[in-house]
Amino acid sequence: MIEFVTQLSYLAAATLFVFSLRWLNRPRTARNGVLAGVAGMGLAMFGTLLHPEIVNFTWIAIALLAGTAVGIPLSRVPLTAVPQRTAISHAFGGLAAGLVGTAKYSIWLGEGELTAFRTGAIVVEVILGFLTFTGSLMAAGKLQEVIPTRPITYRGQNAVNLALLTVAVLAGVWVVLDPSQSWLFGVIVGLSLLFGVLLIIPIGGADMPTVISLLNSYAGLSAVAMGFVLENQLLIIAGALDGSSGFILSVIMCRAMNRSFTNVLFGAFGQVQTQTAAGEAKPVKSATPQDAADYLVNAQRVVFVPGYGMAVAQAQHRVREIYDELSKRGIDVKFAIHPVAGRMPGHMNVLLAEAEIPYEALVEMDEINPELPQTDVCVVVGANDVVNPAARTDQSSPIFGMPIIDADKARVVLAIKRSMNPGFAGIDNALYSAENTLMVFGDAKAVLGDIAAALRAEGEGKAAA
Amino acid sequence: MSELDLSSMLFALMLATFVGFYVIQNVSRLLHTPLMSLTNAISAIAVVASILITGEQKTLFGTVLGAVAVFASMTNIVSGFLITERMLKMFKEREPRA
Repeated sequence: MIEFVTQLSYLAAATLFVFSLRWLNRPRTARNGVLAGVAGMGLAMFGTLLHPEIVNFTWIAIALLAGTAVGIPLSRVPLTAVPQRTAISHAFGGLAAGLVGTAKYSIWLGEGELTAFRTGAIVVEVILGFLTFTGSLMAAGKLQEVIPTRPITYRGQNAVNLALLTVAVLAGVWVVLDPSQSWLFGVIVGLSLLFGVLLIIPIGGADMPTVISLLNSYAGLSAVAMGFVLENQLLIIAGALDGSSGFILSVIMCRAMNRSFTNVLFGAFGQVQTQTAAGEAKPVKSATPQDAADYLVNAQRVVFVPGYGMAVAQAQHRVREIYDELSKRGIDVKFAIHPVAGRMPGHMNVLLAEAEIPYEALVEMDEINPELPQTDVCVVVGANDVVNPAARTDQSSPIFGMPIIDADKARVVLAIKRSMNPGFAGIDNALYSAENTLMVFGDAKAVLGDIAAALRAEGEGKAAA
Repeated sequence: MSELDLSSMLFALMLATFVGFYVIQNVSRLLHTPLMSLTNAISAIAVVASILITGEQKTLFGTVLGAVAVFASMTNIVSGFLITERMLKMFKEREPRA
């Protein structure tokens, strides 16, 4: 009877998880999605706790309380730190999978219950789990800039990585054939942990949206493998939902950069190009925040292109002030969102939503590009590679072929930038020296604040006159 | 836990992947960050397995690893759902003009 209740709760949980994702389709229903997810998780945990095999609840209760105590502050991080938080939660997901696999191996080894199938599933679970664990920790370190964000490469890197993985897989095959060789299990765990680190070291910050999505997928797949180990369909279903979500996001990110998976993982972006264009300093025109404000009030259509720089400078609230000032004057303001702008999928949308900019004003790249030639002023805030016209014109550029936001087609481009240092990928940006571009140098938050102040002063001047 | 055969597990995997692809492809790009935090919380369903291993108390080693796994999963559940809710609350429609 209890067994039946448990199974029923798992069935309901799986259904609720599907609805949860279904409701996330649109902002209007999305919050129901969270409720469905919470209900599903609650039911699944309730059904599990009924299980007669559980003889002691103390450890479970302590761990649940500790997890809650750590989880609450982790959910309150500033929104600019959301990519790091996400990477850390992938790490926890991978860790849980790796530990459950290891525990099951040791328990079944002691009981003599290790079949070849179980061992095989455990090996897959443990490799995926532990490589996701260290890989995600490395990604979080890079996002937090505790670890250098530039790609770290050395000769023969890919060969070393491939060799490590091959050894881990071979050790896995051996353990399946002879489950009593527990030292091999230790080798697999060690190699997976090491492999996760080495896999992420050569990947640069600009590729983080893809890598985070891929790690998301791995975390899901490790849950699937866990489901096979424990013969639990709920784990398989929930893991598959997570795995396919991560996979779809990685494909979207790769397409948005015109690159393949292998290229992101093994390509070490941003190394090749460092020496080009050194010395040939093209003249740029610069403008003051006051000039920028003058251009903006005389415009009819304005498009903002936000990038990672906006997140770093926490400038989204200043953007909102300008948005308000311009909207008041009847000027049409939109935001062009490139899929890989920022450090994770959807990063810019969340930041702009935090600044209470209505989501109808956030427009995807493919929809905004036809409008840019009719745009009077395009304001580039901390975006770089995603507006680099070299992606369209310069075949020798490493980003050639990447779809970009056609900021350069606007009548006037205002590019807000700290200095003329090249962007993350170290690639020269012809947009900055273009005829119709004015550079506004300075910290994005300060510059945008000055522009907003100039707009307010202009508005008051008009009201007084 | 009831014994399942390999083929019924593969069926579940195949169908869930199919449903996942279908449902997630329709998620608005606006919501990709909340999508990731929500799927993250859902995949913390690993808590189910961790609870069983911890509660069975078959070996000390298993119990300790299980408890750590419960902790890690619970962290993901709590922080994943809470931060998704927090982000979604911020997505607002344009206020109708008076």
